[in-house]
Amino acid sequence: MTALPLPLPLLEARNIGKRFGGVRALQDVSLTIRRGEIYGLIGPNGAGKTTFFNVLTGLYPRDEGEVIFAGAPLPLGEPYRVAQAGIARTFQNIRLFANMSARENVMVGCHARSKVGVAGAVLRSRAQREEEAAIRRRADELLAYVGINARAGDLAKNLSYGDQRRLEIARALATEPQLLALDEPAAGMNATETGALRALIARLRDDGFTVLLIEHDIKLVMGLCDRIAVLDYGRKIADDVPAEVQRNPHVIEAYLGVVHE
Amino acid sequence: MNAGMLFTRMPRKVQLALAVIALAGLPFMVGAGLGNTWLRVLDFALLYVMLALGLNIVVGFAGLLDLGYIAFYAVGAYVYALLASPQFGLHWPVWAILPVGALAACGFGVVLGAPTLRLRGDYLAIVTLGFGEIVRIFMNNLNAPVNITNGPKGIASIDPIQIGGHALSQPLEIFGVTVPALVLTYYFFLALALLVMLAGLRLQDSRIGRAWAAIREDEMAAKACGINTRNVKLLAFAMGASFGGLAGGLFASFQEFVSPESFSLMESIMVLCMVVLGGMGHIPGVILGALVLTVLPEAFRHGAGPVQQAVFGQVLMDPENLRMLLFGIALVAVMLYRPSGLWPDPRHRQEFNAR
Repeated sequence: MTALPLPLPLLEARNIGKRFGGVRALQDVSLTIRRGEIYGLIGPNGAGKTTFFNVLTGLYPRDEGEVIFAGAPLPLGEPYRVAQAGIARTFQNIRLFANMSARENVMVGCHARSKVGVAGAVLRSRAQREEEAAIRRRADELLAYVGINARAGDLAKNLSYGDQRRLEIARALATEPQLLALDEPAAGMNATETGALRALIARLRDDGFTVLLIEHDIKLVMGLCDRIAVLDYGRKIADDVPAEVQRNPHVIEAYLGVVHE
Repeated sequence: MNAGMLFTRMPRKVQLALAVIALAGLPFMVGAGLGNTWLRVLDFALLYVMLALGLNIVVGFAGLLDLGYIAFYAVGAYVYALLASPQFGLHWPVWAILPVGALAACGFGVVLGAPTLRLRGDYLAIVTLGFGEIVRIFMNNLNAPVNITNGPKGIASIDPIQIGGHALSQPLEIFGVTVPALVLTYYFFLALALLVMLAGLRLQDSRIGRAWAAIREDEMAAKACGINTRNVKLLAFAMGASFGGLAGGLFASFQEFVSPESFSLMESIMVLCMVVLGGMGHIPGVILGALVLTVLPEAFRHGAGPVQQAVFGQVLMDPENLRMLLFGIALVAVMLYRPSGLWPDPRHRQEFNAR
C-alpha cells in the first residue's frame, strides 16, 4: 500500500491584516486551504470572519499580508479579478439579481467564462448563438445540480429563502471556481433546510470542489468540515481537525468565557 | 374577439407583412390627412425613437442615470454639420459621416463614462447634467479664436442626405408616383430606427445585456460574478452615445441647420421622460414613450388654441404654456398610476402590482 500524497494547498493566506480606522479587524491571520477539503472558519460574533472573507474576495483592500491562490498571488481589491482567478462566493445576506429569473442569475455567473462581445451580440454570429446555447445549457445543469430546476423561469426574489441560498450557490458555481466560499449559508434556515444544505455541501466536496465555509451553526461546521480555523478578536486562535478544535481551551474560552474562581 | 387578439393569433409572417404595410403606408395617410407639418412631426418622432432607444441602454439596461444625453446628439449633429456644409467647404458622403459621427459620440461617451464610473444615482445624474451643459456651451463659444462651430449663429446650408445620387430633400418619381421628400426621409429614418431597435433587442438578450442588468440589480454581486463592471458600464455609455450620435447626424441633415440651442437640458430631460414614461428597459415601451411624447405636445401646440376658441370663444391661455402644464400633469399621473411606465416589461409589471 502506497502512502497517499498530501493534498496540495489551493490557497495560502499569509499574515493578513486589516484595519478600520483604529480597529484592527484582522491581525496576522494565516491559513492554508488544501484542494478538495471543506475548510471551516468560525468564531464569535464580530471575530472578523466576514472581514476575512471580504478581504480574500477583494471587496476590501487588505492592509497587510498576501494571498497565494493556485500558485499565483491573488490580485488586490478587484472582486471581478478574484472571481476570474477562481474564487466564487456567496453573501451572508443573500445578494441575487432580484428581478432576473433564476436561470438568468446563473447565466450571469457564466459571464467570466464566456467572451462574445458587442459585435457578436448585435450580428447574432454563429459563435454567439452557440455560446449562448452553451451558457443556457450550463445554467440549467447547475439549477438541476442544486435542485431548483423547476423554478428556472421564476424571478429570483419570488423563490423561497432556502431556494435563494441554493440559487446563489448555483450562480457561484457558474463562474467555474476552484474555491467556493460560502458566507453563513445556513443563516436563517430551519432544521430541514439546513439538513438539505448540508447534503449539498457534502456533495460539492464529493464532486471535487474545495469549500471555505463560514458558519455560526457549530453542529453543521463540526459535522461537515475537514479542518476548522477559529477567529477571535481578529486573531486566529486555533486551526485543526474538528475534534481537536472542540477540545482547544482557547476556543472554549472564546465561546464560553473563563471560569473565575 | 377584438382586433388585437385577432392580430396576435395570426401567423408570424402575416403579422410581419401587415406591420410592413402599415409602416409603409403611414406617411401617405398622414400626409394626405394632416399635411406636411405632421409628416415632419413623424420624421422627428423617429429621431426621438432612436434617441430614446440609445438612452434606454444607459438608463434602462445598465441603470445609470444620465441627464446629459443630448450632448451625444449634439456631437453627432455637429460632426455632420462640419463635414457636410460650406463651414469648412467639406462635403463628405452620408455613409462616411454617420459612422464618424457615431464614433465621435461614442468617444465622448467614454470620456464622460471614465471619470464617473464610481458614481451612482444622484451624483452621476449631476455630473452628466454638467457634461451636457459643457458640450452645449462649447458649441456656443467655439467661434473664437478659431471659428469652428460658428457659435450661437449655428451652421447653416448643411447638405441633405444623398442616397444613390438622389437628395432626400427632393421628391422622387418612381413608376409615375411622386414620393414627397418628407416621406423619403421617413423611410430612411424608419430603416435606421429599426436597425437601432434590433441592435437594442439583441444586446439586451445577450451576455452583455445580462451583465448590464446584473449591474443595475446589484453591482457588488455582479463583481463577485466576475463581471468587469468598469468596462461593462463604459460599454453602456459608449453604445448609448453612438446611437445618440447617429440620430444627431440625421437631425443635422434633416434640418439643414444646427445651433447650440437645439441641445438644451430640456431636450435631455424630454428624452429621459420618453424612456421612463414608456417603460425603462422595455424596448417596445420606450418606442411608445418616444412616439407619445413627440406627437402629443405637437397636438397640443396645434389644437389648444382652436379648442379654446371653440369652447370659450377666446384663447384664455397661451397654448405654449398650457402645453407644459398638461405635460407636467400627464407625467405626474403616469408616475402615480403606472409607476413602471405605460408599457413596462411584463415581468416587471407583476413586480409593481405586487407591491
